[in-house]
Amino acid sequence: MKIVGLLIVVLSGGLLLYATEDFPPWGDPASPASTVVSPRYLEKAVEEASVPNVVTAVLADYRGFDTMFETTVIFCAGVACFVLLRIFTRVPEDRYYRHVPTGVTIHIKGGGKINERSKVFERIDTLWTPYDLIIRTVCRLLVPFIQLFALYVIAHGHHSPGGGFQGGVILGASIILVAISENLRAAIGRISERLDGLLSAIGVFIYAGIGALCLLLGANFLDYHGLASLLPGDQPAARSHGILGVEIGVGITVMAVMICIYNNLSSGGKQDEGL
Amino acid sequence: MSEIVSTIVANYNYWLYIVLMMIGLYAMIAKNNLIKKLVGMNIFQTAIILFYVSIGCKRGGTIPIIEHAHGPGHHVIDSAHYVNPLPHVLMLTAIVVSVSTFGVALALAVKIYQQYKTLEEDEIIMRLREK
Repeated sequence: MKIVGLLIVVLSGGLLLYATEDFPPWGDPASPASTVVSPRYLEKAVEEASVPNVVTAVLADYRGFDTMFETTVIFCAGVACFVLLRIFTRVPEDRYYRHVPTGVTIHIKGGGKINERSKVFERIDTLWTPYDLIIRTVCRLLVPFIQLFALYVIAHGHHSPGGGFQGGVILGASIILVAISENLRAAIGRISERLDGLLSAIGVFIYAGIGALCLLLGANFLDYHGLASLLPGDQPAARSHGILGVEIGVGITVMAVMICIYNNLSSGGKQDEGL
Repeated sequence: MSEIVSTIVANYNYWLYIVLMMIGLYAMIAKNNLIKKLVGMNIFQTAIILFYVSIGCKRGGTIPIIEHAHGPGHHVIDSAHYVNPLPHVLMLTAIVVSVSTFGVALALAVKIYQQYKTLEEDEIIMRLREK
């Protein structure tokens, strides 16, 4: 198999390398990729959509239909992970508890459990590492700042590199940080499974909802200048606000899907013990 | 001979990304472990993303965020001054798709491991034949 693989790779690599002779030189401003459509986007983005970041303008306004289905793709990935992995019917299984004052570990077999709110016994994972005050405290202090930065990345996507996808991933990472530093159950306590599922659907709904709102106000689907009658300001300002609205929807969905994928993968579907 | 050398020097970025693509393709075909195949898939997707982004690059161009956009006066925007934004937009979609496929592929790998207790391809085929 390795020899066949090597042969295939060498053949296709050779063909591709032979094809690069016809490519325009690297960095040529007059190459065909840069002279047909993109000058129009570069010149008209500020005038028509009042958004200096041309990448965000093209992504959410000029090619907004594409981005809506991309958000749907990432929603489907979250749903697929959930459907593949999630196990609901539980065999009664062993649990481990730790008596906090003395450090004694208790192993309860066959499904019995101690009250979750007991302050004397804390539930630990099967492969448990000792409590580390520094890691837990520092991560707990950092999480709100990470989320604040993520909201900045989403909101400032008009003027700096950023936007919905990037900010959504950082938001998801802040909750995954809680899961890594403390406990998967602590992260699930912050964003429960039901809230996670709702959030991922709400994000797609916001995006398609803004498109439908434009339809109701008389413009085409996802044509934000129809929003000019609702929002203060003229048409380019309305398009800028429309872009912000859909980026918020995208950010919410990406955050929820990142958390859902991490929860299901790290616990193998059972969502009781993480890594 | 010097023509070939000058073509290589002018297009060396495409050569680099094609080599990276072929490394990823080889890993997908020839490696035995499922996770290594997935890593090969990720390398392949990353190479394609880099390839497209390098197509849109311009010598001396800056990032495609219009400078002094909201200031007073109307500025003439020279499109040769800014890097081509379209490959960046298309590759944002590609990155999202790559993350989604990687997540679902890892979920499938976890399910396979729970069923067959191994992640090596030849052992899985052997156990499939036994059933």
